[in-house]
Amino acid sequence: MTGLVFDIAHLLAGCLVLVSFLMLYQDRLYALLNIFALHALVLALSVAWQALIQDAPHLYVTATIALLFKAIIIPVALHRIIQRLGIHRQIETVVGIGPTMLAGMGLVALAMVVMLRVATDVNVLAREDLAFALAVVLLGLLLMVTRRNAVGQVVGFMSLENGLVLAATGAKGMPLVVEISVAFSILIAFIVIGIFLFRIRERFDTVDVHVLDSYRGEQG
Amino acid sequence: MSPFMFNSVAAVLLIPLGASVLLAVLPGYRLTAKLNVLATFLTLAAALSLFFTGRPKPGTYFLVDDLNIVFIVLSTFVGFTTSVFSANYIAHELETGRLTPVYLRFYHAMYQALMFAMNLALLANNIGLMWVAVETATLTTVLMVGIYRTHAALEAAWKYFILGSVGIALALFGTILVYMAAKPVVGEGTDAMVWTVLIKNAAAFDPALLNVAFVFLLLGYGTKVGLVPLHAWLPDAHAEGPTPISAVLSGLLLNVALYAVLRFKLVLAANPEALAPGPLMVTLGLVSLVFAAFMLYRRRDIKRMFAYSSIEHMGIIVFAFGMGGVLANFAGLLHMVMHSLAKSAIFFAVGHITQVKGTQKMADIGGLTETHPWLGWGLVAGVVAIAGLPPLGIFTSEFLVVSSSFAREPLLAVAVVFGLLVAFGCLLLRLNGIAFGEPRGSTAPAQASYAPMYAHLALVLAAGLYLPPPLVAWFLYIAGLLG
Repeated sequence: MTGLVFDIAHLLAGCLVLVSFLMLYQDRLYALLNIFALHALVLALSVAWQALIQDAPHLYVTATIALLFKAIIIPVALHRIIQRLGIHRQIETVVGIGPTMLAGMGLVALAMVVMLRVATDVNVLAREDLAFALAVVLLGLLLMVTRRNAVGQVVGFMSLENGLVLAATGAKGMPLVVEISVAFSILIAFIVIGIFLFRIRERFDTVDVHVLDSYRGEQG
Repeated sequence: MSPFMFNSVAAVLLIPLGASVLLAVLPGYRLTAKLNVLATFLTLAAALSLFFTGRPKPGTYFLVDDLNIVFIVLSTFVGFTTSVFSANYIAHELETGRLTPVYLRFYHAMYQALMFAMNLALLANNIGLMWVAVETATLTTVLMVGIYRTHAALEAAWKYFILGSVGIALALFGTILVYMAAKPVVGEGTDAMVWTVLIKNAAAFDPALLNVAFVFLLLGYGTKVGLVPLHAWLPDAHAEGPTPISAVLSGLLLNVALYAVLRFKLVLAANPEALAPGPLMVTLGLVSLVFAAFMLYRRRDIKRMFAYSSIEHMGIIVFAFGMGGVLANFAGLLHMVMHSLAKSAIFFAVGHITQVKGTQKMADIGGLTETHPWLGWGLVAGVVAIAGLPPLGIFTSEFLVVSSSFAREPLLAVAVVFGLLVAFGCLLLRLNGIAFGEPRGSTAPAQASYAPMYAHLALVLAAGLYLPPPLVAWFLYIAGLLG
């Protein structure tokens, strides 16, 4: 692995973790969506770079999906949903930004410790890719649990999924990567359509999951 | 490989897939409900034919072996009986207007799609394909759970969706790690995701990487099994969806996820230096068992109560497989089959009961054995079975679980017995209120189909009285394979 090739792959994966951090402290939904679009863009670049250095043309399909679907279509669709629902003012975070950021740092440290120590047999690039990917996955989980708003949770889930795509493309020669990324895109499309349908069916007055929690089927 | 052998594998997959498309376009519920039954029956026949036609060689994508054939036959059988129950159930739902014909079409299509996805997951020899199949199964059930579009149903579907998605996302990360562990040994490409290749070469894999992979896989697929603390979606999904779906979720989908865990457990067990998967599974199983047993006490909704009972029983099964050894594995396998049959029978009864009474609240249901003797006594038999009383089959399997663990880990066995007793007490307490005493709620006659329910109960009873030696030999052989 020559120096520059390695460094660029490293840079892009590191950027993904950084953008994940940016998402953690956004308290406006629009800003969160914009940062997510950036996240998907960085992912697309990273996957395209992997396609180039691994000489694996099918990965360009995954990169294109990431670019078109996740960086453009989904953010635009969610933008419109937020507008329709009139929930653009702010995100209700469950815990404050300070503890969230500290927890995020802890998770990244955890990912590094676990993966770098574990994957000693694997080549350096794949190993560090995995460490970054795990960090993105864990940060995505953190993003999901710190949001009460359904849209925020979906964005968290999508960033988590970006981490998985990063891991899958970093694993050189892994089959079914394209199929898996398509399967995930379908899943996400369903979620987004779901949010949208809930609203136009006028069943929910709010997509705040906290409010939904009161419908337990256990009362009375 | 003769062409016919390939056909029975293809039939198990293609019949539900074709039926799903067909049922999506055909109008008229009488016809489609019958077609649904027919399709599941044909799938069952195809699954049974796997016994007689000899097995195809494990390929890159598909595999038929002694382990998954049990799961396939069980899942196609319960799929068939549930479709019979469902035909009756939905007729009532249409009358009361809870479902419209359009949604019904969608429901049938999704039912078959679920059957397809589950069979695909069970037949998959490729861990990537298995993951995609489990994801598809999740999607179809999410759509069916939310089909009534009430507040509660949508909330349940949403919760299931988010938790299920996180679960399968973690499972995918685990799958990728397994591939990374296999790559240096097996080489790049598809081979490193083929289960039969993995198990053959597992001894040479990097143990540390496998350990981390298994933790992710256990948490990921464990979410779908409904293991505490990842179970939060399960009671809601069972309570708010149509009852046939509760039966299929409890009886089949949880098993499919468990099957995935077992496959990876085998890979880990084949590597002498990797961590022992047993203690992890034992812990999760025990926690699920004891937690769910206590949760049973305060339920007010009848479907939620039996959903918690499913968590409890999945806990027992995971515990048994975690203990390992031929006897415990045998007990786990038997318990899984018995639980699937008994729990779906209970949900068949509960489905009709809630339709008659028009409510799921246990406070409004009472004296069933007087007003609806067939339903009431069916439910009593089902609950007695699930609570683990002799002479029914679940007593046999629970007894085996407890006695096999007493011999090795007496303290753990005490915890299991404690959980079982608590669950037993709670279930009988609730049953007393529902089945006996003053009749409460509507006494309108039920238009129920009793055949599926009593067929399941008869099987459970038969297994408790007498297990045919060939069946015992077969299960013991599989238990031996599971290590």
